[in-house]
Amino acid sequence: MSRYELRFSGAGGQGLITAGIIMAKAASIYEGKQAVQSQSYGPEARGGASKSEVIISDGPIDYPKVTQCDALLAMTQEAANKYSHDLKEGGVLLIDSDLVKIVPPGNFKTVAFPIINTAKNDVGREIVANIVALGAMVALTGQVTRENAEKAVLSSVPEAFIELNRKAFSMGYERAEAAAKG
Amino acid sequence: MSKKVAFMQGNEAAAHGAIYAGCTFFGGYPITPSTEVAEVCSIELPKIGGKFIQMEDEIGAMAAILGASLAGAKVLTSTSGPGLSLKQELIGYGCIAEIPCVIYNVMRGGPSTGMPTGPSQSDVMCAKWGTHGDHPAICLTPASVQETYEEVIRAFNLSEKYRTPVMVMPDEIVAHMRERVVFPEPGEIEVIPRKAPTVPPEQYKPYDTSFGDVPPLAAFGSGYKFHVTGLNKMQDGFPTTKAEIVQAEEERQVRKVEANVDDIASFEEYMLADAEVVVVAYGSTSRSARYAVNVAREQGIKAGMFRIKTFWPFPDKQIKALAAKVKGFVIPEMNLGMCSLEIERNAQGKAPVLGIFRVDGEPINPDQILEKIKEVK
Repeated sequence: MSRYELRFSGAGGQGLITAGIIMAKAASIYEGKQAVQSQSYGPEARGGASKSEVIISDGPIDYPKVTQCDALLAMTQEAANKYSHDLKEGGVLLIDSDLVKIVPPGNFKTVAFPIINTAKNDVGREIVANIVALGAMVALTGQVTRENAEKAVLSSVPEAFIELNRKAFSMGYERAEAAAKG
Repeated sequence: MSKKVAFMQGNEAAAHGAIYAGCTFFGGYPITPSTEVAEVCSIELPKIGGKFIQMEDEIGAMAAILGASLAGAKVLTSTSGPGLSLKQELIGYGCIAEIPCVIYNVMRGGPSTGMPTGPSQSDVMCAKWGTHGDHPAICLTPASVQETYEEVIRAFNLSEKYRTPVMVMPDEIVAHMRERVVFPEPGEIEVIPRKAPTVPPEQYKPYDTSFGDVPPLAAFGSGYKFHVTGLNKMQDGFPTTKAEIVQAEEERQVRKVEANVDDIASFEEYMLADAEVVVVAYGSTSRSARYAVNVAREQGIKAGMFRIKTFWPFPDKQIKALAAKVKGFVIPEMNLGMCSLEIERNAQGKAPVLGIFRVDGEPINPDQILEKIKEVK
């Protein structure tokens, strides 16, 4: 049975839990697959380590946590160091190239671009960096279609911010595609 | 028409399940990792004419739901470890005064403040032995978001049917995990209403056993006047120390649950037909167990899982039967061996009981369980 495991990791306040929820929602509600999202975080509201895990499958999902990661997003150096060890051979690592200077070694494909800076300078608001990252993860993992993922994004954000998030998602998707081609 | 679906947390599903079951009153005090139940209730209950009240603490919250229940409402509170400890005296009050209510407790690391954001399964004994004195105990341990929704409905039903407090205890993983929920249509899942008195107010006694072990409960304010106390009581609700009455009443209260185990206890048998090694698991840990059993089967090991859905009353009969025919039990749990004690009590030395105990805030992963399955010879 197909079991695909994703982990969104970084610091509390970066919106990674939200990104994970939207990815899972895209798979579960819009793509017609099964998905489970879980998270672990410290007692702090901001800062501290944060991770959100998503399992996507065609059939029922038993263990809701990552066993061997297929795709990892690391938005801090600490997260890249801590979580790349169980990344599968042939898996994909997405990093923010401004924040993760030392790329962890391993037999996986690393895709890097300045995620937060893209949000800040190209989209216009740093707060949507998580949606830029989500767009990139959707492009790199191919678990849900671009259309279904966009639907999940737009149904998860307040009406006033729909255009901002649409732009963030598209930009993330396209930057990752370009970066992956190298 | 296709059914309504949503992608949500166990805690959010619990609140929606309560409303489906007819809950119109929530009294609580927010605490991680159960706060989402209160949040959803505070938004949804006013929409259906219900009431949400945040009390000064967990003790006040427990008192509020008992009062609201006596006034005829179906009631819910939600909490976690430290709050569950505070509620214990009034949970006992609910047991002896026979007041239906549902207590939703998300298990986090303990004792005391412990680890507020870490998962645990260490409150399952507290569900039975937390309040002092002999009393009935019903505790449900769901393993998925959909099941949390459905088990909360069942908790309300059992609470009304047996006129006693019922606990629902997901661990933090199930409570915070998000999955798709398919909502049932109204009427699709049975909702049991409270048994109303059939006698006029002047003949009514709140503990009138001529109506059976579960006497009807009138609502305060409906014209029926009666006395409620935490003291041992007579059929009319007034205190007594008469030995034969106290003995009979205590036995009846416990019998309400003990004599109906087959109606209350629920479990899942997974690949047990030819199983030689049985993993007994509950809550999120059962999901790791299912994964491990599947891998074991691929490797030619005859493993199976007995999943406890109702922790109390404990499925004694089923475990005894398994103990007589299997090579051993493996019990993964996020505590230092609580369910294991119950399995040992039932296995009576007929099969070894191997535990995997984790209290570090990390889930028990399938590999750990698989390794232990292989230790059973």
